[in-house]
Amino acid sequence: MATTRILEWLGRLYISVLLAFLYLPIIIMALMSFNVSPFYQLPFEWTTEWYASLWQNDQLIAATWNSVEIAVIATVICTVLGSAASLALYRYEFRGKKFLQALLFPPIAIPWLITGTAMLIFFFGVGIGRGLHAILLGHVALALPYVIVVVSARLQTFAPELEEAARSLGANQWQVTWRVTLPWIMPGVIAGGLFAFAVSFDQFVVSYFLATPGQTTLPVEIYAAIRKGFTPEINAVSTIIIVVSMALMLLTARFFKFGGEK
Amino acid sequence: MAAATASRSGLRSALPLLAPAYLWLTVAIFLPLSAMVFFSFMTELPLSGKPWTFTLGNYAAFFSQSLYLTLLLASLRLGLEVTLWCIVIGYPAAYVLAKVLKGRSREAIFLLVILPFWSNGLVRIFSWAMVLREGGILDTALNAVLPFKINIDLMYSYPAVIIGLVHSYVPYMVLTCYLTLQAIDDSLIEAGRSLGASRLQVLKRVIIPLSMPGLVAGAALIFVPVVGSFMEPRILGGRTGTFYGTVIEDQFVAVFNWPLGAALSFILLAVVLVILAAASPVLKREA
Repeated sequence: MATTRILEWLGRLYISVLLAFLYLPIIIMALMSFNVSPFYQLPFEWTTEWYASLWQNDQLIAATWNSVEIAVIATVICTVLGSAASLALYRYEFRGKKFLQALLFPPIAIPWLITGTAMLIFFFGVGIGRGLHAILLGHVALALPYVIVVVSARLQTFAPELEEAARSLGANQWQVTWRVTLPWIMPGVIAGGLFAFAVSFDQFVVSYFLATPGQTTLPVEIYAAIRKGFTPEINAVSTIIIVVSMALMLLTARFFKFGGEK
Repeated sequence: MAAATASRSGLRSALPLLAPAYLWLTVAIFLPLSAMVFFSFMTELPLSGKPWTFTLGNYAAFFSQSLYLTLLLASLRLGLEVTLWCIVIGYPAAYVLAKVLKGRSREAIFLLVILPFWSNGLVRIFSWAMVLREGGILDTALNAVLPFKINIDLMYSYPAVIIGLVHSYVPYMVLTCYLTLQAIDDSLIEAGRSLGASRLQVLKRVIIPLSMPGLVAGAALIFVPVVGSFMEPRILGGRTGTFYGTVIEDQFVAVFNWPLGAALSFILLAVVLVILAAASPVLKREA
């Protein structure tokens, strides 16, 4: 069994190398955001000057608020519409149900470049135009399928007998939904909502095509800044974003097991 | 499924709950995709004031100028290379997670692997710039360790684009492979071993075939977005980073030839759908 132990040890080593590959650039970026040299030169000297100058950058702050606002509104809309749709898909049998479920996958599977440019053409063509409202419209559509998939997964663990029991005890449809079903699927709804927030807050491609000068989101603003040239200020704001989105996902993981662990 | 409640009612009860979500998807996804197909056959965008007619010219442009085809092939090659690297790097990691690690450490490490995936992709690509540029971290670190002087300047090169994309997408492969590998009963592996099969034979005959759906799902999930990537090549590839996706981007934000952009997008969509269709038989086996 010596070989087994060596193989296990190699496996652990391998995972550590992979984790280093995944996290090293992010950690370096975070460190550089605290480095004095604007050209990322070593030796490392500590400063918070770049974070301080972020506060002076009105454009970035405005874009950040746009991002947060859109993400919050998109989350609310997605969880309400998505939970309702999941409930309907779970509860009722009807013709074309399989088709409706299949329709959820194109928005997830088609590259955002295609979806984004298609939205741009269509919104422009029918007079919706570009700007924050168009970005919100797009974000909700992108995140909605994720919410439906996550809430539906949670519903699969629900025992329909519970609804029956509540009904036989005299509860009406609303009471059944509100008092029995909804509390049960709540972890799924919350996880779905956090997913929606992450999809919207991190979304770049679709926002990029729908943004106008003055009506942009944070990732679009960062992309523009990167193309103008790298600055530690971008590192600072990027570090903040990474920390926020990772914290969000850790929170999501508390409500929803990704790995299908038993 | 919910047979007891299901028989009671049908589409009429479901509709009020379904309609808002699907209407939204129709307005923001399905109609735009249809509109894109429609506009790709036009000379000018309607509503722009200029007169327009139907034309096949946008598609003719794709087939008559070898540039577009060359770039599409370059993007497909990029997708293939990134996918292969993700399999090579991600599959062993998924195996270790599913079959070697146990309990809480497995859960924690699994979360650590897929966590970056859910953070901002743009920012993660940007973070490589600091590592790969000349005088960057990789350059400095290697020169500190190695006795001789070398120059690492991978920034704005093809390898930089590959590294950035693999970094972005490898968690996908780990996730999908882990899910299928975890479902393989350990007793199957033990049975193979006790019947005299070597580790390699068990891997080839039992583990890999059974985890095929995960591999294919991961490959499809990685290949499709990589072929349509434009931000990653722009940031890490610089001048060498011209791909099919960046040309589409240009049509919409720089050249303003939307009908041509629509045609190019639609060709990409067709390629993507063919690939997803090819992958679906393997994926259906999983269900």
